[in-house]
Amino acid sequence: MAKNISLKIDGKPCNCEASLTVLEACQKNGINIPTLCYLKDINKEAACSICLVEIKGAKNLARSCVTSVKEGMEIATNTPRVRNARKLNMELLLAGHPKDCLCCDRNQSCELRKLAFDMGISQVRFPKTIKTELPLDTTSVSLVRDPNKCILCGRCVSVCSGIQSVKAIDFSGRGKSSKVTTFFDSGLANSVCVNCGQCLLVCPTGAITEQGATDGVWQELADPKKFVVVEVAPAVRAAIGEEFGMPAGTLATAKMTQALRKLGFAKVFDTQFSADLTIMEEGYELIGRIKNKGKLPLITSCSPGWIKFAEHFFPGILGHVSSCKSPQQMFGAIAKTYYAEKYNLDPRNIVVVSIMPCTAKKFEAKRPEMKSAFAYWKDKLSLKESESFYDVDYVLTTREASRLIKEAGIDFINLAGEDFDAPLGVSTGAAVIFGATGGVMEAALRTAYEVLTGKNLEKVDFMELRGLTGIKVAEVDIDGLKVKVAVANSLSNARVLLDEVKAGRSPYVFIEIMTCPGGCIGGAGQPIPTDEAVRLKRIEAIYREDKNKALRKSHENPAVQALYKEFLIKPLGEKSHHLLHTHYTERKEVK
Amino acid sequence: MYNKVILIKDTDLKRQDKTRDFYTHLLDYLRENNLHSEILLVRVADIGVYDKGLVLKMLPDRNTYINVQDTDIKRIVDSILQGKIIEELVFRPKVKQHRIVLRNCGNIDPENIDEYIFSGGYAGLKKVLGELGQQKLIEEIKISGIRGRGGAGYPTWMKWNFAREVESDQKFVICNADEGDPGAYMDRSVLESDPHSVIEGLIIAAFAIGASKGYFYIRAEYPLAVERINKAIKQAYAYGLLGNNILGSSFNLDLEIRLGAGAFVCGEETALISSIEGKRGYPHPRPPYPSVKGLWGKPTVINNVETLANIPAIISKGGKWFAQIGTQTSKGTKVFAVTGKVKNSGLVEIAMGATLREIVMDICGGTLSGKPVKAVQTGGPSGGVIPESLLDTPVDYENLQKLGSIMGSGGMIVMDEDDCMVDIPKFYLGFCVEESCGKCSPCRIGGFQMLGYLKRISEGQGKPEDLAQMRRLSVAMQKASLCGLGQTASNPVVSTLKYFEPEYNEHILNKRCPAGKCSHLVTYSIVGDKCKRCGLCVINCPPKAISGDKEKGFSIAPEKCVKCGRCVDVCKFKAISKD
Repeated sequence: MAKNISLKIDGKPCNCEASLTVLEACQKNGINIPTLCYLKDINKEAACSICLVEIKGAKNLARSCVTSVKEGMEIATNTPRVRNARKLNMELLLAGHPKDCLCCDRNQSCELRKLAFDMGISQVRFPKTIKTELPLDTTSVSLVRDPNKCILCGRCVSVCSGIQSVKAIDFSGRGKSSKVTTFFDSGLANSVCVNCGQCLLVCPTGAITEQGATDGVWQELADPKKFVVVEVAPAVRAAIGEEFGMPAGTLATAKMTQALRKLGFAKVFDTQFSADLTIMEEGYELIGRIKNKGKLPLITSCSPGWIKFAEHFFPGILGHVSSCKSPQQMFGAIAKTYYAEKYNLDPRNIVVVSIMPCTAKKFEAKRPEMKSAFAYWKDKLSLKESESFYDVDYVLTTREASRLIKEAGIDFINLAGEDFDAPLGVSTGAAVIFGATGGVMEAALRTAYEVLTGKNLEKVDFMELRGLTGIKVAEVDIDGLKVKVAVANSLSNARVLLDEVKAGRSPYVFIEIMTCPGGCIGGAGQPIPTDEAVRLKRIEAIYREDKNKALRKSHENPAVQALYKEFLIKPLGEKSHHLLHTHYTERKEVK
Repeated sequence: MYNKVILIKDTDLKRQDKTRDFYTHLLDYLRENNLHSEILLVRVADIGVYDKGLVLKMLPDRNTYINVQDTDIKRIVDSILQGKIIEELVFRPKVKQHRIVLRNCGNIDPENIDEYIFSGGYAGLKKVLGELGQQKLIEEIKISGIRGRGGAGYPTWMKWNFAREVESDQKFVICNADEGDPGAYMDRSVLESDPHSVIEGLIIAAFAIGASKGYFYIRAEYPLAVERINKAIKQAYAYGLLGNNILGSSFNLDLEIRLGAGAFVCGEETALISSIEGKRGYPHPRPPYPSVKGLWGKPTVINNVETLANIPAIISKGGKWFAQIGTQTSKGTKVFAVTGKVKNSGLVEIAMGATLREIVMDICGGTLSGKPVKAVQTGGPSGGVIPESLLDTPVDYENLQKLGSIMGSGGMIVMDEDDCMVDIPKFYLGFCVEESCGKCSPCRIGGFQMLGYLKRISEGQGKPEDLAQMRRLSVAMQKASLCGLGQTASNPVVSTLKYFEPEYNEHILNKRCPAGKCSHLVTYSIVGDKCKRCGLCVINCPPKAISGDKEKGFSIAPEKCVKCGRCVDVCKFKAISKD
């Protein structure tokens, strides 16, 4: 039991635990102190000077986010002195911030804008601080950084180094020339950035945004020659409703499907189809490695941020990473080969748009090796190298997709709802849970158990693999064979497991790694805010969707079974090898 | 081999220098008496005394004779040989400097540990390890009343005691030698001329808290200091004063040097810690204070060079002795680096409680120009400007703070009437804005905004409401900045606003700079009746803004004039006026 102390907040006596900060103590007592740079468990740098309070006896105003409570402390949160200081600091921040809010990407979700309003800032009494505009960092295919909008709160730096242990960005320069940048200012694309975009999610302003792709998609949709299909990742349906004002945790699968069809997509397909396919391939890869005493532990490969992380920081263990492409890429390859053949479509006219909760997916789609459908068709259609095409043409985030829907004037909330198109829209519950941390592992175990034992798995819910815990481990009994598995979400947690693998003392057979905290539902393409409470609600929605599915094991997916029967022949077969599997590139930490 | 040395300097600037003549006469006398191989005569550039005619300083006795005449030669030489003093010639300064920190500076070879030991060095450490022990040591420091000389004046014993009381497997001591105030070089001087005194102080501090590892954080711009400390550390290891089982005790300590890369903010202790850890020199919120959670999360004591140099003297002579010196709240001495418009610039070590006037007028000889002192700036860029009317204030931590300045690390800059009280804070604030780490907004943006107001005022673009806005900004900076740099950066502005507001108003309302410093507000013109039409200014004017001829006289074209002041400098007839 934590020690309790008594203190006075705004003259009112109250009690709280001794371990709290002034900010937390005030929150517990119903007083919301405005904060800007502070982010629970992530950023406590005390940079912004907004959360100031007056503490009796102290010479200066205290930053409530980093000041610990003390017995007998007298805190004043709403005195003229406090309000004036907060306001003045806010004005200083705004003096250095461009005020082009009307056309800012974060117009609706900007914390700075909201805070300025809440604090009653009606004018900025200082001249504009920034005189020359700094260039944008547009090197990355996933993210764009606009240093002009940056208020140097440091959240992005903290999340990149703390939560993700990537350290692609940090502060440079002094005083007014301070900025957040990459090593030698070389741009995100030339850094160790893994494109996870967690920096974007925590940015209180519009200083970090995704590389937009909506214009290209509109253009393709307007082209009558093109057969534009869309695939939607599992985590999107558990979050997209938030963009339209629905509460977090709303499942908007059917509305989303209908909205996409209304946008003009020829077919609305589901990345969950290829998630089931991934389980087949990855499951057989695991079974193969167990049976043939191959390299273990096997590590999942669905999360593209984690893949680039491994390529940079753990190149020595790339042999442990499953060679399976992610579901997004498997989908593109199958759509432009199997589906094209089956429905007699020219693969050059098929446009695959994917809607992802993720910014790293944009990078993944543009990896040079992701042109396997082109390789498949090259000789058959005698295509020239200059006609090459990617398996997936456009990647939109959940936010971008909702913008398309809004732009088209679709009344999302009041849609009746429709189903996905067959066959690439058919999926099982095992594919849904790809969206949450632990889901891929759970889905793989459901299939691996039945394939290995030939028995029916009664209890399909692996509760110990669910939830937001950073590293989850479990021991699964597969008919006497004890299999130790581990699940990590966020890269700093992954690093713990990977260090063990690197040292050759990993006790696990199978490891799932998801780049973002909470898994894909907490990806950087998701609606903002994405905080812990929101993540939990989305996860809950994901498992609800799984429960509602008639089929809950990937190998039971009839469309996947048909795909093997008609086209791929068998998991890990010749065609699978070319279309569904990939290889990785060793990357240096410093370019 | 010379037994005696006589330093000679004519300190009367108003007449022709007589040093050379006197030197010849004295040397002739020594030759006649066959003493020239026993007594060495040296003509020095500065002898530390002013306006006292011919001044002689006798070494090694350190007697200073003033107003010496040729007729005194015989009795001076006789008295030297007899070991006597000629009372009527001896210089008795009004304020005596008191050397504790600088006790060995210039007297011993800093690269020779034996000379330090011979002058009483490391006796303090021996006493600490032998008889005192941790508890009594801290008690002794407490009795001495010494407070941190880095600027804030926190009682040293309390810092040590906090760190001592925290349980930890590892503790650290750091010597903060990242001296960065413009014009300040007290620490540098000690490090370069008496490195062992600082090392001894650091070892004692380490023993007090139970640290086994120490760092010298020295700015890289002090290569000689780094070299000497390095050498001194090696010597100390060789003598068993560092390493394992120091002086046969069970106490172990390793010392290492870390170089600062030139950021002013790294003198702030939490930023300094980040820098040693290999991170960006960002300050961190306190508490937790470093004495509880410092370097790599371990209890760490960070002391300034001057503080540490005091420690061996306190231990040797006792805390009571130290406590006798100084004022009620501020004990001991303080070294100041006096620069600016004074005759005698340099390091001054005085007992706390001496007045600013004594330092500036008596020790440093007043202004070089002979013009009245206008103000004194103490504490570097974090300090304030103290007007002439308050120069009789005794120097201690509290008094300076009351005046809106700080003790700081000991920079002291003297200004005369030619210094502009808008220009001075502009310089200091410019320094802090440049050196702000950029982390917290009050300092980063507030400082920049404030500098903008000062610039506009000095360029004649100021508005009456600017002063209120600057005051508002300064409050935000003082109360809401994260570290000392931001909290004090506005002090020069606040203090000049307090004492020299009319000068600001003159800039804003009348677009005039009374000191003639702010070039935008100054017009140069040639005073017709003073001008002798020599044409020297015409030749020397870089933008060729002066035209005319020797018949009609010359004039300055204001649109061409860049206000460099060259014409004023070259004109021998003071015929160029600035207004």
